[in-house]
Amino acid sequence: MDSVSVSPLEVVGWLVQLWIVLGVAGLVLQRAPRLINNVIFPLSALTSLLLAVSGMWALGADPGVMVLPLGLPDLPFHLRLDPLSGFFLILLGGASLGISLFGAGYFKTMAGGTLGLLCLEYHLFLAGMTLVLLADDAYMFMVAWETMALSSYFLVTTDHNIPDIRKAGFLYLLIAHVGAISILLCFGVMQGGNGIAAYTFDAMRHAQLTEFWSSAAFLLALFGFGAKAGVLPMHMWLPEAHPAAPSPVSALMSGVMLKTAIYGILRVTFDLLGTQLWWWGVLALGLGLLTAVFGVMFAAVQGDMKRLLAYSSIENIGLLLVGIGLTIIFHVYGKHALAALALTATLYHSLNHAMFKSLLFVGTGAILHATGERNMGRLGGLIRRMPWAAMLMLVGVLAIAGLPPLNGFVSEWLLLQAFLLSPGLPNSYINMLVPVAAAVIALAAALAAYVMVKFYGVIFLGQPREKVLEHAHDTGTWERIGMGWLALACVVLGLAPVFVVHQLDLVSLSLIGSSLGNAAGNWVFLTPVDTERASYSPLYFLLAVLAVMLLTSILVRHLYHGRVRRSAPWDCGYPAQNARMQDTAEGFGQPIRRIFEPFFKIEREVPSPFDTHPRYHGQSDDRLWYILYLPIKYLTEKLASLASLLQHGRIHLYLTYTFVTLIVLLVFV
Amino acid sequence: MEKYQLLFAVLFQLAQLVLVVVFAPLLTGWVNQCQAWLQNRSGAGVLQPYRVLRKLFSKDAVIAHNASPLFRVTPYIVFGCMWLAAAIIPIIAVDLPFSMAADVIALVGVFAVARVFISLAAMDIGTAFGSMGARREMLVSFLAEPALLMVFFTASMISHSTQLPVIVDTLAHHQFVLYPSLAFAALAFLMVLLAENARIPVDNPSTHLELTMIHEAMILEYSARHLALIEWASSLKLFAYITIGIALFLPHGIAEVGNWAGLPLAIVALLLKLVLAGAALAVFEIVSAKLRIFRAPEFLATAFLLAVLGLLIHFLLGA
Repeated sequence: MDSVSVSPLEVVGWLVQLWIVLGVAGLVLQRAPRLINNVIFPLSALTSLLLAVSGMWALGADPGVMVLPLGLPDLPFHLRLDPLSGFFLILLGGASLGISLFGAGYFKTMAGGTLGLLCLEYHLFLAGMTLVLLADDAYMFMVAWETMALSSYFLVTTDHNIPDIRKAGFLYLLIAHVGAISILLCFGVMQGGNGIAAYTFDAMRHAQLTEFWSSAAFLLALFGFGAKAGVLPMHMWLPEAHPAAPSPVSALMSGVMLKTAIYGILRVTFDLLGTQLWWWGVLALGLGLLTAVFGVMFAAVQGDMKRLLAYSSIENIGLLLVGIGLTIIFHVYGKHALAALALTATLYHSLNHAMFKSLLFVGTGAILHATGERNMGRLGGLIRRMPWAAMLMLVGVLAIAGLPPLNGFVSEWLLLQAFLLSPGLPNSYINMLVPVAAAVIALAAALAAYVMVKFYGVIFLGQPREKVLEHAHDTGTWERIGMGWLALACVVLGLAPVFVVHQLDLVSLSLIGSSLGNAAGNWVFLTPVDTERASYSPLYFLLAVLAVMLLTSILVRHLYHGRVRRSAPWDCGYPAQNARMQDTAEGFGQPIRRIFEPFFKIEREVPSPFDTHPRYHGQSDDRLWYILYLPIKYLTEKLASLASLLQHGRIHLYLTYTFVTLIVLLVFV
Repeated sequence: MEKYQLLFAVLFQLAQLVLVVVFAPLLTGWVNQCQAWLQNRSGAGVLQPYRVLRKLFSKDAVIAHNASPLFRVTPYIVFGCMWLAAAIIPIIAVDLPFSMAADVIALVGVFAVARVFISLAAMDIGTAFGSMGARREMLVSFLAEPALLMVFFTASMISHSTQLPVIVDTLAHHQFVLYPSLAFAALAFLMVLLAENARIPVDNPSTHLELTMIHEAMILEYSARHLALIEWASSLKLFAYITIGIALFLPHGIAEVGNWAGLPLAIVALLLKLVLAGAALAVFEIVSAKLRIFRAPEFLATAFLLAVLGLLIHFLLGA
């Protein structure tokens, strides 16, 4: 094959077809589940790797365009691969590589028929997400978007015989479609009434919209994509759907699918809409801050490990939205270098979140398989039974807690730098907002560390809280490879920030016309503005910490003896301690619940002191469900029952309606 | 000349690395001795921390049956982080090449690494006290950490840099005025210092009473050399925090880049400041009472708000 004549877009097109073929093959081969596990999923992982490589290739290449002979009569499918799409393809490929490898081991216990169907849906989901990133007209985009939504809906409801899971799936489907309608309307606004040919993104780029209509388009996009991403108050489906889905699917949804919504917001705001207004940025910033704090606060009080991670995803989406808001503000006020910095932080954090959240979600899958338990209050001490999973998850936990020298810290560092450099904006109100926003970000980041200590400590450390945990088994080979890849990505993204930022520069250059350029630093020092201002070198940092630790341990070993005795833990004079006296997830979250009490709807049943079999029950609910969602539900039901007054099921009445309508129309038109 | 400059700077960095680790326990001893004097006790002398360390290092380590490797590496990680943190703060001169690799945000990150690891290690054995200590430590820190970050932000805004040497250089050689924003930041920093170093009124370093301990509850399971490393790390942490305070709020007298002649004066100034700061800390602890654990978040929220207020004032007044 001659490499010159092949464009990245063509390669990605083949890879999408390959995924669909793999999915169909899975359905055909459903009688041979071992073949699906040991051949199809690894092949799918290979496809992911190739996709990530083509995405990398597309970063440096000119945007490729392709028109397919499919679609509507006047609107064939348009595909386009520019650096922004390329970046998100890297994200998709990199995360799904680990997830598919993990899946190869994880789905082993699944029955053949279900597995075949799951394999088809899984690959359609991947293909749908890729096409969302490639679509270059509204129709193609919506088709891909719906493919993604529907296939993920079926994946969520894999265990559809459990009523709660059907309910969670319905909620997800409902919010996904409310969002999709909003996105459709947004495209409708942007095409500006210029006929069907104006539904291509290229026509939208050149459409002249008034301030009012571009604001309308932005708001619709923010709402529609926000519903997919889990932005407040459309977050309600996340903590329901993520625990319901099989863990690799949760990982894909949380790690990758939420990022397609971020992609959508970026695409509409900076690419399709020609001009931006400063208050869009303030709106996105405010919404992002609310979402971040809300998400992390709720994560702190969760007892179900997958719900906890779902709320943590809400927090991270909030941080991403903050980054987008800052980018808009800087861009509007002509601070190009700063806009590039904020955008780089946003993109970097998207990539980081894709890696560590996928790692943690597949990790919960490994725990679920080993113990059959999602409730953290019944886990504990797994570090001794599952050392591999514990070690790899520790990397993810430290990364998501934003600790140096891992990747979560780098993007947080970049975001905080963007805040620090913000003074000098001409709008003094925004200048006042910035320190408050920075403070909220810092608070959310610190709370995230709290949440992650709770997550890891309650699950992996301490004594096992149940007898069955004694028989928990560690992860299999495929699972280890998959988790290992994701953990490696967390480490590498943390240690080589300069390389990553240089790649991201290509994206920001094409999207907002500015980049950090050489200011990003030489090969070890990340210096987003200049060396006097700020610099960070994770490599030196890690080397220094390791050197100091090594020196300490050598000195201790040599100067003093290394004698160690094992004994029972110190019981403080109370020998009857048992595993149930450790902090549960509920107990660990109690201070947060107490401090932020007004935000939760708390139900508690405390037993009386004389109860011989005391049972404690506590639940912290989201007030928004009661304030916002239930009233909407009741209103809908009421309207529906009003509409049903018209329906009697008798044909002559319907004929009368038709007749009356006809008469009215004839009279008035 | 340039080459020698760098060489000297590296040597100076290494010298500071050695000096802080050797002299950090002395500061703890000094604070304890001041407290003893204030309580009308004769005290154990300023060298007592060294004697404690020597005793601990020569004992056999006792580890619980179910301790995981995480439990055993944590003292080394905590010690390494604190050592590094103390070594990158400009205290005598601002030539510290390693601070290029870690600015103030990374410094906050270093403290966070140590805290997360020690909290995880506390939960590792699975005793009621360990997890209680971990929970309380994280409770204190989730408000103290952003407050510290905001204090650093105020200083960074003034000096247009997040690098400690640049911040200290700017603050030390600026015209001698009192920044109103820094006054708020200083108050917030003092509160964070007390909370993060397990001092009264948030925690009490000399308590082993179940209901009140935070830091001590986390390290109950440690003994011998592991405990020694953690105690030493605590000394280093106190030293680091006090020197951060000096660097941000009283940097005058520090030697600027390449000014080796200014070193003796800088050392004398530093010693004087440390002696005064230690004594002031002792006085502060003696006159205040310990807070209930659920009043601690209010105390820290106040610190956080003061720090944010400092930052806002900087925006409002530009100073």
